[in-house]
Amino acid sequence: MIPRIYIPGDSGALALGAEKVAMAVRAELAERGIEAKIVRNGSRGAYFLEPMVEVATASGRVAYGPVKPSDVRSLFDSGFLTGGHHKRWLGAPDKIPFLAKQTRLTFARCGINDPLSLDAYKSLGGLKGLQNAVAMAPADIVKQVTDSGLRGRGGAGFPTGIKWKTVLDTTSERKYIVCNADEGDSATFADRMIMEGDPFVLIEGMTIAGIATGATKGFVYIRSEYPHAVATMNKAVEIARKAGVLGVNVLGSPNAFDMEIRVGAGAYVCGEETSLLNSLEGKRGVVRAKPPLPAIQGLFGKPTVINNVISLASVPIIMDKGAAFYKDFGMGRSRGTIPIQIAGNVRNGGLFETAFGLTLGEIVDDIGGGTATGRPVKAVQVGGPLGAYFPRALFDTPFDYEEFAKRDGLIGHAGITVFDDTADMLKQARFAMEFCAIESCGKCTPCRIGSTRGIETIDRLAAGIEPEKNLALVTDLCNTMKFGSLCALGGFTPYPVMSSITHFPEDFKPAPARVAAE
Amino acid sequence: MTMQPASTEIASRTAAIIEDMKGLEGPLLPILHEIQEEFGHVPQAALPVIADGLNLSRAEVHGVVTFYHDFRARPAGRHVLKLCQAEACQSMGSDSVAAKIKQLLGIGFHETTSDGSVTLEPVYCLGLCACSPSAMLDGEVIGRLDDEKIDEILAEVRS
Repeated sequence: MIPRIYIPGDSGALALGAEKVAMAVRAELAERGIEAKIVRNGSRGAYFLEPMVEVATASGRVAYGPVKPSDVRSLFDSGFLTGGHHKRWLGAPDKIPFLAKQTRLTFARCGINDPLSLDAYKSLGGLKGLQNAVAMAPADIVKQVTDSGLRGRGGAGFPTGIKWKTVLDTTSERKYIVCNADEGDSATFADRMIMEGDPFVLIEGMTIAGIATGATKGFVYIRSEYPHAVATMNKAVEIARKAGVLGVNVLGSPNAFDMEIRVGAGAYVCGEETSLLNSLEGKRGVVRAKPPLPAIQGLFGKPTVINNVISLASVPIIMDKGAAFYKDFGMGRSRGTIPIQIAGNVRNGGLFETAFGLTLGEIVDDIGGGTATGRPVKAVQVGGPLGAYFPRALFDTPFDYEEFAKRDGLIGHAGITVFDDTADMLKQARFAMEFCAIESCGKCTPCRIGSTRGIETIDRLAAGIEPEKNLALVTDLCNTMKFGSLCALGGFTPYPVMSSITHFPEDFKPAPARVAAE
Repeated sequence: MTMQPASTEIASRTAAIIEDMKGLEGPLLPILHEIQEEFGHVPQAALPVIADGLNLSRAEVHGVVTFYHDFRARPAGRHVLKLCQAEACQSMGSDSVAAKIKQLLGIGFHETTSDGSVTLEPVYCLGLCACSPSAMLDGEVIGRLDDEKIDEILAEVRS
């Protein structure tokens, strides 16, 4: 048997040197005259172990990581092709605690095989959900998705099945499925990992959505900051077309569905669904007022399902294993699993898919292992740049849509950024306003002007100018933005600002007092 | 400096791109990406050709081009270095990384060195948030920036 060596081609692994490792492995193979197959898999998401190289041995996969190019020679010397011991030896990948503790439903296949091998996809349960769907009535597919309790993983948490039902029930000669892959929130990379590591699951999910709602055309709108995801998705769509997964007869059925990959152009606000639709239409990415809902008048005025990558990629397993199977995971009204992305200043950073319900403390301390710098955790921002900063005092909050809302926060796209005790929360609050000012589409006044006035007022606070008056002004401004903005950009920017002020008041004291206190 | 194509040449190449892509649903963004790929920026001379080809007003095309951060009015340097400045990277010191690189290159964000070798830009998230601080050099991703990697980047852009 020719040895198989797996070296991730995921952009996170590439950023940590996977390409140089692959070159070193190839050179070493050539020098030693060994014949082996190098497979470029996706990432399993344990980025603190990337580049994680795996070899297929008689007793299963053995992982090594994090591998540096300078480790490669000694890996060969240690007999790593047969799982030999080495200082980078990690053992069976599914026994690595960070991975073993997860419940992988959406990410079941991500990082295991060549993402562009449709055979590998099928060998691990791929296309079973679509096979079931083509034999079902659209209303039954919608019911199964509704019954699973799946809610939009993009951030808003709206029930996916209900959205689909609206599109199904709206009569039109043309309908669209739009996948929102404009993953702009800092701390999030789940969409990127799926597109780079298991693209067919997204294609399968979108095709099921098309059959369920009567839509025949799909678009994936991917941000331009993700060139690797764009390349992988384009290749995967081509392969799926050739294999008859996409086309006029999906899997040989009378259902037609095809899709195109589109690339954004560096506007954060295009992650908002209505501005994404405008962008796809070739317009400025300006937010639309709702109603009309996109489900009734969406892309080019036609009924449109617009869902996040993870929502759509979770559909195949629901159609494969059933609504009850998926719904059994989770807590309260948050059903199923959620891929939590642990990021920033954290020792064990990466993607951790698990049922809803872990506490923030378990995620940060037990799974994340505390900060990378070894200093105490000061704050954790949950939900990206529009999410609240949580102090340690709130680490008992369970990861659940409603529980986070109760504490004036949101789980958003489930990214969490850890900060150590050197973080200055006034600076973070200022950045939230600054980011809103840079990325505002300009349509509504609270967002467009409020963000700039917010920066100025926080600057006055920092300079110790009339602190009480300016603090009251920021609070009032946040209130206006929260209730007066058209979309989540202006409407949620107050979350990071107000949570910083509420939970870390010492950072907002006038400068002389801050100096004296240190 | 790179030679700028004449406006007639821009017009004819733009017209060819439009002809190729105007059958797409919502063709404007794909066309603008293709034009930027072709010329390294979106030249002013291309705008009336696009407006004419897609039956839009010049104001509409101008509005779209200027809305998106990606589309450049002028060509970038030979290299483009994007430094992530979003929260996850902030938590790992992206501020000081940016300050160091700005100082070593002698330019700020959105500027190009006087020899045209490199353009420096901020980016708000590369999706490498568990590998912070991160950067992108000419489309190649780089994570966990440290002094050694910064030196490598600078050596590459100066060569």
